[in-house]
Amino acid sequence: MLSPESLRRIDREIAKYPAEHKQSAVMAALIVAQDEKGWLATETMDFVAQYLGMAPVAVYEVASFYNMYNLEPAGQYKLTVCTCLPCGLQGSLDAADHLKARLGVDFGETTADGRFTLKEGECMGACAMAPVVLVNNKKMHDYMSNAKLDALLDELRKR
Amino acid sequence: MSELNLEIDGRAVAVPPGATVMDAAVKLGIYVPHFCYHRKLSIAANCRMCLVEVERAPKPLPACATPATDGMKVRTNSAGAKSAQQGVMEFLLINHPLDCPICDQGGECQLQDLAVGYGKSASRFEEDKRVVPAKDIGPLVAAEEMSRCIQCTRCVRFGQEIAGVMELGMIHRGEHAEIVAFVGRTVDSELSGNMIDLCPVGALTSKPFRFAARTWELARRKSISPHCGLGSNLVVQVKQNRVKRVLPLENEAVNECWLSDKDRYSYEALESGERLTRPMLKDHGQWREVDWPQALERVAAELTKAAGSVGILATPHSTLEELYLAGRLAQALGGSADFRLRQSDFSGDAKRGGIPWLGMPVANLDGLDRVLVVGSFLRKDHPLLAQRLRQAAKRGCRVNVLHSVDDDWLMPIANRKIVPPSELLEALRGVNGTPIGESLRSGRNVAVLLGNFAQQHPQAAQLQAAAQALGYPIGFLGEAANSVGGYLAGLPVGGNAASALGHKALVLLNAEPELDCADPQTAGQALERAQFVVALGAFRPARDGADVLLPIAPFAETAGTFVSTEGRIQSFHPAVRPAGDARPAWKVLRVLGNLAGVAGFDYETLEQVREACLRGKDLAALLSNRIDLAASPAAPAPQGLQRIAEVPIHFADALVRRAPSLQKTRDAQPPRAWMNARLMQQLGVSAGQPVLIRQGSGEARLAAALDDRLPEGCVRVPAAHASTAGLGAMFGTLGVQAVAVGKAA
Amino acid sequence: MLDYGPDAILMAGLDGANWRLADYEKRGGYEALRKLLADQVPPERVIAEVKKSALRGRGGAGFPTGLKWSFMPRQFPGAKYMVCNSDEGEPGTCKDRDLLRYNPHSVIEGMIIAGYATGSTAGYNYIHGEIWALYEQFEEAIEEARRAGYLGRDILGSAFSFEVYAHPGFGAYICGEETGLLESIEGKKGQPRFKPPFPASFGLYGKPTTVNNTETFAAVPWIMRHGGDAFLNLGRPNNGGTKLFSVTGHVARPGNYEVRLGTPFARLLEMAGGTRAGKRLKAVIPGGSSMPVLPADVMLATDMDYDSIAKAGSMLGSGAVIVMDETTCMVRALERLSYFYFEESCGQCTPCREGTGWLYRVVHRIETGRGRAEDLALLDNVSDNIAGRTICALGDAAALPVKSFLKHFRHEFEHHIEHRSCLVSGPDSEPKWGRAGAHLPPAMARAA
Repeated sequence: MLSPESLRRIDREIAKYPAEHKQSAVMAALIVAQDEKGWLATETMDFVAQYLGMAPVAVYEVASFYNMYNLEPAGQYKLTVCTCLPCGLQGSLDAADHLKARLGVDFGETTADGRFTLKEGECMGACAMAPVVLVNNKKMHDYMSNAKLDALLDELRKR
Repeated sequence: MSELNLEIDGRAVAVPPGATVMDAAVKLGIYVPHFCYHRKLSIAANCRMCLVEVERAPKPLPACATPATDGMKVRTNSAGAKSAQQGVMEFLLINHPLDCPICDQGGECQLQDLAVGYGKSASRFEEDKRVVPAKDIGPLVAAEEMSRCIQCTRCVRFGQEIAGVMELGMIHRGEHAEIVAFVGRTVDSELSGNMIDLCPVGALTSKPFRFAARTWELARRKSISPHCGLGSNLVVQVKQNRVKRVLPLENEAVNECWLSDKDRYSYEALESGERLTRPMLKDHGQWREVDWPQALERVAAELTKAAGSVGILATPHSTLEELYLAGRLAQALGGSADFRLRQSDFSGDAKRGGIPWLGMPVANLDGLDRVLVVGSFLRKDHPLLAQRLRQAAKRGCRVNVLHSVDDDWLMPIANRKIVPPSELLEALRGVNGTPIGESLRSGRNVAVLLGNFAQQHPQAAQLQAAAQALGYPIGFLGEAANSVGGYLAGLPVGGNAASALGHKALVLLNAEPELDCADPQTAGQALERAQFVVALGAFRPARDGADVLLPIAPFAETAGTFVSTEGRIQSFHPAVRPAGDARPAWKVLRVLGNLAGVAGFDYETLEQVREACLRGKDLAALLSNRIDLAASPAAPAPQGLQRIAEVPIHFADALVRRAPSLQKTRDAQPPRAWMNARLMQQLGVSAGQPVLIRQGSGEARLAAALDDRLPEGCVRVPAAHASTAGLGAMFGTLGVQAVAVGKAA
Repeated sequence: MLDYGPDAILMAGLDGANWRLADYEKRGGYEALRKLLADQVPPERVIAEVKKSALRGRGGAGFPTGLKWSFMPRQFPGAKYMVCNSDEGEPGTCKDRDLLRYNPHSVIEGMIIAGYATGSTAGYNYIHGEIWALYEQFEEAIEEARRAGYLGRDILGSAFSFEVYAHPGFGAYICGEETGLLESIEGKKGQPRFKPPFPASFGLYGKPTTVNNTETFAAVPWIMRHGGDAFLNLGRPNNGGTKLFSVTGHVARPGNYEVRLGTPFARLLEMAGGTRAGKRLKAVIPGGSSMPVLPADVMLATDMDYDSIAKAGSMLGSGAVIVMDETTCMVRALERLSYFYFEESCGQCTPCREGTGWLYRVVHRIETGRGRAEDLALLDNVSDNIAGRTICALGDAAALPVKSFLKHFRHEFEHHIEHRSCLVSGPDSEPKWGRAGAHLPPAMARAA
C-alpha cells in the first residue's frame, strides 16, 4: 500500500509519542501518504487506520478537517494562494486573479492538462511577505508579483 | 468529601463533588433545555442549548459541563439565560429544514419541542439553507435526511463509548461538518438502533419504520423482549392492531435505556409471509387447513394414543405459563418435556443445587473488577450484557476470556486463552497459575461467567464444576428469555431434551428442531421415527416434519411471563391481537389437556396458570449455581477436525430468523467455514473458495474464510442456519474438503 | 544582517543563515540552561524569575507566563508536557515563522527551561502546516540539541531529562487554540475542549500540560540570562520586555519589528515605512484579525502594550498590526475577515458553526450590493449571540471584528446598503467575486 520509505517515515513519527498513543501520528502519516500517492483515497485512509489501530472513520475525520489534505486527486502542482485580509491588502487577491487568468481555472479546479490545481488558502503565517503561493503544501514562494508568478508557472511547466 | 451546596433558581440543592450544574438541576427537577447532553454519554457541551447564568461568571455557562461549586448561584430562566438559549435555538433552526410535516421525528422531536418554547415564530435568516446529502448506512438506521442533523454528535459518542466501535464520525468542519460512516461502510454494530433514540432530531430514523406512522397515532404497550436472557423492557408501539415499532422502556436495572437491534427490530417478523394463521392437518401427505376443534381433537386423540411416550420440546423463548402447562401435560400423559434444546450434557441434572442463573443482579456486572467469561460469543449472544462489561472495563474491570474463538468484543481484554472445544474443560481447570488466574486473584469483586457455548458444551456440567472449583462466584449468561423460567416452570420433566426425542409422539412448542436443537440430525431422525408430531408455532416450519400444525401467537400477540437470567420475573400483556386464527399457546395447551382428560387443567385465565406455577415457590431460594459433581477424567482428544458452532445473532429463534431488516444486516450474512491459515493450507483451500463440510450423515457447502485466531484443528461452522441444518451436533468432529471450482458438490 | 529594529533582543544578531546550534551558542545560547542545571536552581526560582519579568503570553491572550507555569501540579507522578504553539495562523501574524526560521534554538532552550521549571517530561512543538520547510528545519535543530546533550536523559549530567518533538499542523486555524491544538496532537480533529478542566490539570493525553506561544518560549532564555528585572525594564509594568510585531497591509515595508512594549504606535508605523506615499491612514487592527479594529486617530494616540491597547478599545493579541489606508473599503475588509472565520470554524458548537456562516453571508450580501436596511441590526445581534457563548474564543474572534467595524465605520456599511455601491471606490465599482471569495473590489485591489 505504502512504500517502505513511507512506512519508515511514519514509524519515525510514531516514535515521537507514547506507545499507547500511536494515533498522534495520524496527521504525519496522512502527510506521508499524500506525498506518495498525491491524494488520500479511501484505501489509503483505510490503510493508515489499520496501521495506527484507529477506526477508519476517525482517520476520515482528520483527513477532512485539516484543509491541506487532498480528498480527491489534485493536479501535479497544487498552488494555494492566501486570500485573507492582510494578504489581500498586499495584493494576493490580484495574484490569485492573475493565476486564474493564466491557468484558465477557478479556485478548486484543475487545469485540463492535469498540471495545476488552484486552491484558496487561509492564513499561512507569512502575511508580511504577501502575496504568498504554496506549491504542493510544502514549498512557499513569497512576494509573488505577477512577473514572479509567471516565472514560477514557467518553471513548474518545465519540470 | 462533603457535599456541595448551591442554589438553582432560588432553590437550594446539595450534590456530591464532581457533579455538574445539570446534575444539580436534574436533582431539583428543573429542566434545562439541551440536545447534546445525555447522561449515558461523555459531555460534549457543543449544542450550547443548556447555557445558564451563574452568579459572578462573565458569560453564560453550559449547565452540562460546568462543575457545581459550593455557594454557586445559578439561574436557568433569567433574562440572560433565556436570551442565550433563544440565541442558540435560532442558530439551530436557521439551517434546519422546515420539513416537520414529513419528518418521522415529528411529534417526538426534541428540536421541535424546544423550538416551541425557545424559538421565534418567524425566521430572520433569509439566506439559502444548507443541504447535506443523504447517506446509506445500512438496513436499520435511515440517514436519508441529514440536513436535519444539528451536529450534537450523540451518535458518534454512542459508537465510541457504548457500542465500543466508532462507525459514525463527523467529517469536515464548520458549517460543512456532517455525520458519515467511513466511505462505503455501513453501521454494523448490534446496538446500532440506539443511535436513532439518541438522535434528538429526525436525522437518524428507523429505516423499517420510515413513513409508517406518526408518533401520536401509536398506542404504547409495555412488553418484554423474547430473545436473550436479559429480558429487555420494551415499549411496543401499535397502530391499527399492527406493531409499527419497538423502543426501549428505560429500566436502569435491566437494559438501561438501550436495546439490541435484535430486540428492536424482530417485530417485523410478526408480519412475515411465513406466518401460520390456520391450523393444518396432513392427510395422506397433503396439507389442508382445518378449524381449531378438528385440529385439537386430532392432536388430543394422537397424544392419548401415545400416552406414556409423549415428548415435548419447547424453546426457552416460550413463556413461563406455556412451559408450565407443557410440563404438566407431559407429566399427565406420561413422557418428558424440556426447554434446553441446544444443551447436550445433562449429567448435572440431579447434581445441581438449584436453578442456574446469572448469580447476581445484572446491574452488579457494573461493579465487577475482575471477570472470566468462559465459552461465550458475548457480543452477539448478549449484546447488552457485553455493553455492561464494556463500561465496567472502562472503569478498570479486567476482562479475561476462555473460549474457542477470539472475536472482537470491542473492549479491552486483559488475558485470553483460546483452545479447541475439547480442551476447554482442561483449560478452565488449569486457570490458576496462568495470567487469567493471576488476574482473578488480584480482584476484589470477581465473577466467572459461563456463556452459551459453555452451557451447550458436551462437558457443560464439568465446566460448571470446574468454574465453581476456582472459588469465585459463578454465573450463567442465560441463553434465552426463559432459560431461568423453564426451570421455574418445573421443567425438565421425565428426562431431558435428548431423551424427549425418543418418544412416540412429539410436541414442538415454538421449536424448529433442525435449527433449535443441539443435534439437528438426531432431531430430524426422531421426527421421522415418531408416530405423531404436532408443531405449535407462529410460522410455517421450513422443514416438513409434522402431522399437525397449530398456529400460536408469538411475542407481542400473547401474554405471559419471562424470568430473566438474573431471576427477574417479568409479565407482559399482548400488544396486538393474534394474526389470523392464531391462539395463545397456553390456551392451546390447556384445551389439549382438557381434551386428553388431564385432571386439574381447568385454567380460565393466564393469571391462574401463573399462580399455579409460582405458588409456594421462592425464586430467590431456588436460584443456585452450586453443583456437586466429581471431576471426570479428561476426555480423550477427538480424532479429526473439531466443529466450533455458534448460534448467529439473527438466527437464534423463529422470530428473528424471519425479521426482514435484520436479515439484511452484516450479522445475518450466510455462515462461512472459518479456519486458520495452517488448516487452509493443509486442506488446500483458500478464502472464499467453496468447501464441503461433512458431519455424520449430512453435509453443507460453505465458503471458506480465514480466521487466524482460531485454534489448531478447528473449523468454525455456525449452527441454527438453513445452510448448516443438515449437519450433526454443534460439538463434534467434521470433515472438510475443497470443492473444485465449477464442479457441482 | 536582519534588521528588526534597535530594541531587538530575541532577533538580535541574526543574519538569516546563523540559525544552527553553533551560531546560537556563539550568541550566548544555552548558557542560561547550563547555568540552571549546574547551579541546580530550584524550579520555583525559575518560575519566580519569569513572574518578575512580567512576560505575558505572546500568542494572543496575554496571560502571565510565570503564573501559568505555576499552575502545573508539582507532585504529579508520571508524564507532564510542555507544548509550544507554533500554529501561527491568525491573519496578520507572521512572527513565529521568523523565530523558527532564524532562531529556532531560542525556542528549544525556552522549552527546556520551562520543562525544568514545571517538572515536565517532554515537549511538543506544534508547527503550522503551511511552513513545512521550517518543520523540517526545526527537527534538525532538535537533533543538534540532542546530540549536544541539551535534550534527552540526564541533560548535561543533571538529573533532569526532557525531550522535544515537532508535530505538524496541516491547515486548521483552530489548532492555534490551545486545547484544539492538544486534541490535534492526540491525532484527532482540532476541536477545542470545554474548560474547565484546564490543560494544567488535564492536558495532552490527560496529563498536566502547559501550552505557550513560540515567542513566549523564545523570551525565556534571555530572561534567565539577564534576569526578570532586566526584561521587565525593557517594557512597562505588567508589560515586560520587547515584542515582535508583524506589520502588514498598507505600509511601505511590511514585516516584523521587535520593539519594547509601550512603544508608540506611530513609531512602529514609522519603522514599517509609514503608509504608502500620499495615502492617509484609515484604520488599524492592532492585534491580529480577531481583535477589534480602531480608527487611525485612536491608534496614533496609543502605545503598543497590552494595557494601553486594551484601554484604547482593542487588544494587543498576537501583535499583528494590520494597517489600512484611505483606499480601503471597510465592508470588503470585514467580508474577508468574516469569510476566514466562516471557513475556519471547527463546527463543534452551534453559535459559531451556524453564526459565522450567517455573518459572512450577510456581510457578503452588503458588499455585493444586496444589503437590506435591517442587516446592520441583524449583524450586531447575531454577533452578540455568538460572542461569549461558544466553547472557545473563535466565536468571539468572529463577532468582535463585526461589532467594531460597525461601530467605527457604520457609515460605509450604510452607504453600501443604501446606494448599492461602495463609498470608497464609487458607484461604478460593481463587485465581481463570488462565494469562494478571491477578489477585492477594484478600489482595494488597485490600492494594493
